[in-house]
Amino acid sequence: MALSHIASSSSRSKNLLKPIAAVLSCTPSLRRPISTSSDSTTLTIETSVPFTAHNCEAPSRSVETTPKELLSFFHDMALMRRMEIAADSLYKAKLIRGFCHLYDGQEAVAVGMEAAITKKDSIITAYRDHCTFIGRGGTLLEVFSELMGRQDGCSRGKGGSMHFYKKESGFYGGHGIVGAQIPLGCGLAFAQKYKKDETVTFALYGDGAANQGQLFEALNIAALWDLPAILVCENNHYGMGTAEWRAAKSPAYYKRGDYVPGLKVDGMDVLAVKQVCKFAKEHALKNGPLILEMDTYRYHGHSMSDPGSTYRTRDEISGVRQERDPIERVRKLILAHDLATEKELKDTEKELRKEVDEAIAKAKESPMPDPSELFTNIYVKGLGAESFGADRKEVRVVLP
Amino acid sequence: MASSMSVSRRRFGRLLARISGSRRQFSSTTSSISIDDQQQQQAQPQPQPRSLNLYSAINQALHIALDSDPRAYVFGEDVGFGGVFRCTTGLADRFGKSRVFNTPLCEQGIVGFGIGLAAMGNRAIAEIQFADYIYPAFDQIVNEAAKFRYRSGNQFNCGGLTIRAPYGAVGHGGHYHSQSPEAFFCHVPGIKVVIPRSPRQAKGLLLSCIRDPNPVVFFEPKWLYRLSVEEVPEHDYMLPLSEAEVIREGNDITLVGWGAQLSIMEQACIDAEKDGISCELIDLRTLIPWDKETVEASVRKTGRLLISHEAPVTGGFGAEISASIVERCFLRLEAPVSRVCGLDTPFPLVFEPFYMPTKNKILDAIKATVNY
Repeated sequence: MALSHIASSSSRSKNLLKPIAAVLSCTPSLRRPISTSSDSTTLTIETSVPFTAHNCEAPSRSVETTPKELLSFFHDMALMRRMEIAADSLYKAKLIRGFCHLYDGQEAVAVGMEAAITKKDSIITAYRDHCTFIGRGGTLLEVFSELMGRQDGCSRGKGGSMHFYKKESGFYGGHGIVGAQIPLGCGLAFAQKYKKDETVTFALYGDGAANQGQLFEALNIAALWDLPAILVCENNHYGMGTAEWRAAKSPAYYKRGDYVPGLKVDGMDVLAVKQVCKFAKEHALKNGPLILEMDTYRYHGHSMSDPGSTYRTRDEISGVRQERDPIERVRKLILAHDLATEKELKDTEKELRKEVDEAIAKAKESPMPDPSELFTNIYVKGLGAESFGADRKEVRVVLP
Repeated sequence: MASSMSVSRRRFGRLLARISGSRRQFSSTTSSISIDDQQQQQAQPQPQPRSLNLYSAINQALHIALDSDPRAYVFGEDVGFGGVFRCTTGLADRFGKSRVFNTPLCEQGIVGFGIGLAAMGNRAIAEIQFADYIYPAFDQIVNEAAKFRYRSGNQFNCGGLTIRAPYGAVGHGGHYHSQSPEAFFCHVPGIKVVIPRSPRQAKGLLLSCIRDPNPVVFFEPKWLYRLSVEEVPEHDYMLPLSEAEVIREGNDITLVGWGAQLSIMEQACIDAEKDGISCELIDLRTLIPWDKETVEASVRKTGRLLISHEAPVTGGFGAEISASIVERCFLRLEAPVSRVCGLDTPFPLVFEPFYMPTKNKILDAIKATVNY
């Protein structure tokens, strides 16, 4: 039984690694598609694999970028990676409590998406939200403070890992229940359409959430009312500990909207993500909703209590790391175009490591929220709740 | 009959040595073993009980349930791999993946599917990974499962359905992994709500729930999965539903609770005893339909009642117990019924220690009630 599990999962993981094969065959050509010389400001680079389309025209594989943008991609993704690794250590040191879901491996989705849209567009996601928050302009201090439940956190220490928000740049969080955020995204999109401000909402969900009924309710609503909603399925191939093919009759998530068009993207290729998100925004404003399936991978387990190695092989994880890693892909591009030297990139990473460490040190100094905060924000003016300490004669308060 | 049974159970309980082994340990009596079980044990010698933690006891119960009924099925998110709390470890290997299987992440679908499976005369044992995730399935439980028998004039039912879900605080679970939603379900005639306090209880009660001809929501105290250890009989035994258990006798005040909260309450009882207050502690075990008689008899004796649960105080099941006992024992009560519960806030992340109905809060309320 156990053996057949492994056998069947390895045969399936060949499917998972398919994009790798495709990348491999493309790797020698990574240098070729560049149409301009490296001192020019615009580079045109071909995506690793073509987009696969359902009921729509796929965008071009040729992505325009600049040296500056490529370097910023490297910087942002390396920052996110370092941040998540640090969060892992902090969790293990019990400085982060609660549940914690790490994003490392999937950085290209957050970074590529931001490159194509503005902060007036909205993003809503589930609980794997640290890097999406950083992408929206959040700071390391806010991240680590929130993770450790401190006042300087983005939710003032009241949310924790799963509940990051940033209102001023359209980040609607940070939701705890798998799939529950997708209909919310449709509500955001409706408001945007009503205001006619030419903005869109990206509602992110995982391949696990793709099997929740709420997705299909949201799809119907979005299509019925032509909402500028882009439903982004971050397919990391495992819904908690269950491989996608065990949980979904059709793991072609981009097709599962049926009447809603969809595109499948290599979510490990930041340029492909950028290209498709740019396309999606234009499409959604003109024609209504669209599904983007980002083929990506999380290196960590589902949450901190999941070692991530019981339902997939270590070979599979290291294979993806070696062949598809989003940061390494950009590093190769940068080196191939002589935009920076290997040492400069290493220095950047060192610098980021320092930045992260400093932010952690600062976050540790941030105070815990005031105890009265336990009772605020439940209703507009608080509840009038009565509370008492261990001895009700000593500490007894009625809150506002 | 019921009273003679409870007397003999209490006596039996006192004969047994207390077993300790964990911080959150109960005085573990076997007073819960039914008379039938005792007779059965005397008739044929059973293997020696083993020390088990709560998740292993649940695991054992599930093995027995699947073994003893070929029409029993276990399903839920990740249960094929043993579940996030290891409660279903080894089940798929032993009983095959057509009887123990993973579902997609779709709680509403899981419960609805379970209702259909049960309606065909099967034992559907569904797992919701955390009680906090049960809300998408709320409609299925409240509107489909609970009323199936009633609205079909007894043609159909889903009595074979048991929904297992880990509930309650774990010290650092935060908003979505700590809630105690039992009171929502106690407002639904047609389902039973059962919460065990220890491994031995969990095994016996879970088997009763699985075999009960009504749909049951079985909440497991996840804080105790590993922490609570006691000797659990190896054999197949069931503990009666809707029967509360007096786990500590006393004369001055009655304490009622369930699940993980009982160990906290017991510590408060022990501390109160040092101050000369004799507390009677009752494990309600089944929340609906609940054993009013045992609680009433106790309050008639002590004249005082304290209820404690982790869920927020307003609208919690403590309110129902309080109202019922005031109705029945109004003239016997010597102090207002006291409720030491979670605060009326969302379950907090960093403020969990403030939120929780801790030992000292209970102890303080015991004293306030006794000295009223």
